Amino acid sequence: MSLTARVRNWLDERFGWKELTEPLREKTVPVHRLSHWYFLGGITLFLFGIQVGTGILLLLYYRASANEAFESVQYIMTRVQFGWLVRSIHSWAANLMIFTAFAHMFSVVFLRAYRKPRELTWLSGMLLLFLAMGFGFSGYLLPWNTLAFFATKVGTEIAGQVPVIGHSLMVFLRGGEEVTGATLTRFFGFHVAVLPLLTTLLVVIHLALVQYFGMSVPPGVETRWKASPAEARTMKFFPTFFLRELMAWYIALGVLGALAALSPWGLGTKADPFASAPAGIKPEWYFLFMFQTLKLIPAKVWFFDGEVLGILVFGVAGLVWFLLPFFDPLGRGRGRRMVLGAGIFALTYILAMTVYGYVAK
Amino acid sequence: MQTGESPQVKPKRRRLVGFLLGGGLFASIVAFFYPILRYLVPPAVPDLGGDEVVACKTGELKPNGSKIFRFGSRPALLLLTAEGEYRALAATCTHLSCTVQYRSDLHEIWCACHNGLYDLSGRNISGPPPRPLENYQVHVRGDEVVVSRKRGA
Repeated sequence: MSLTARVRNWLDERFGWKELTEPLREKTVPVHRLSHWYFLGGITLFLFGIQVGTGILLLLYYRASANEAFESVQYIMTRVQFGWLVRSIHSWAANLMIFTAFAHMFSVVFLRAYRKPRELTWLSGMLLLFLAMGFGFSGYLLPWNTLAFFATKVGTEIAGQVPVIGHSLMVFLRGGEEVTGATLTRFFGFHVAVLPLLTTLLVVIHLALVQYFGMSVPPGVETRWKASPAEARTMKFFPTFFLRELMAWYIALGVLGALAALSPWGLGTKADPFASAPAGIKPEWYFLFMFQTLKLIPAKVWFFDGEVLGILVFGVAGLVWFLLPFFDPLGRGRGRRMVLGAGIFALTYILAMTVYGYVAK
Repeated sequence: MQTGESPQVKPKRRRLVGFLLGGGLFASIVAFFYPILRYLVPPAVPDLGGDEVVACKTGELKPNGSKIFRFGSRPALLLLTAEGEYRALAATCTHLSCTVQYRSDLHEIWCACHNGLYDLSGRNISGPPPRPLENYQVHVRGDEVVVSRKRGA
């Protein structure tokens, strides 16, 4: 008996390894012309793993204080061997992860994978996307450079405009009335402790739900397969789909390595709380569509403050988007068309506003 | 028929493909972990000013008194014996690297961690320390007590 078989037997005798892994061996993935969209969630998970790994590496040298943060990142990038690469991969993978998470979300909307019984999978996924953006927002400040300092000032100021709880929220985020070293300590705590814990829990829930319900088949394909069951094709998850997924991860790693090596992430200049904001201050691209919208709203609309109105609109839109699966079954096809319309509108709006935000002075 | 053609060719090709795939994957893994291993090694910190240092001013220490001072990146012990002679030694215990102290009541150097004892020339006389403490040279230059590493040490 080979060594692996003996280990497997040993485990099996103790807690039924075969039954435990049965679902994974039985799991299948539907094969149709839209199958490649199934890879996006896995790639996002892989990039999250890269973030955990490189994040732990950065923690070996990073110091979270207003006096030392910038210098410690500088130290990582100039003195520590391959430190520039590790930090660059962390920054690039963060951006790619948000991108693939967005792509995953829109693929779920357009393939209608959110519909009954997978509403909870959608909700957990949306929460994960919010957490990923929280990671981005908190991590952006950690090098304590000028751009990050002002982006955080603006971002937390916007949070402060939320009606009723705004001011308390802002003080909670900043650890005081202003963005200071206290903010950095807080954001560091969120970034390396609170968010990873919540994200890990939600990823487990998300994956368990995906496993429980199996892969969704797009409605068009499903009706065709129902009409002629002979056409329905699946592949085994282990090892067929899993090896393909590994291939996708390998390519993702290649892209990541190339981006990090050929276009290393810059550091900028150290933040000075008493210097003027430099021209061209912009948030990370995934906040840009909101930022650009807020810039376009006039200071006063009717009797609302412009900022407050913008935040309210985004808040309501975000809530509707969050609850998207529950609109689908409404009114014999009306809900379905509404969700499709919302998806197209959201995608177009985000793309257009992001491009506009980049082009605009 | 394809299968009947040449039975030896197929396994050979498969071995080649397996070798290329496995070799490629192995090379990727090495390329991935090599930077990580190098990253884990902390850059060397230059030992600044480790050869000569002003430990204190004359008159700062009373006879049978002592002081811990910074010598390079490690602590060192300066003591003034009851006879009025300056002595300087490395203050890192040779047992498990605690910082030793001068016991004016015992006239000996003592390590609090595991009860190691050294005499005033740094010889390990009792307890677990395996080796004596390194001795440094002491000069009085003007009103400064200067400690330096012994040449050739």
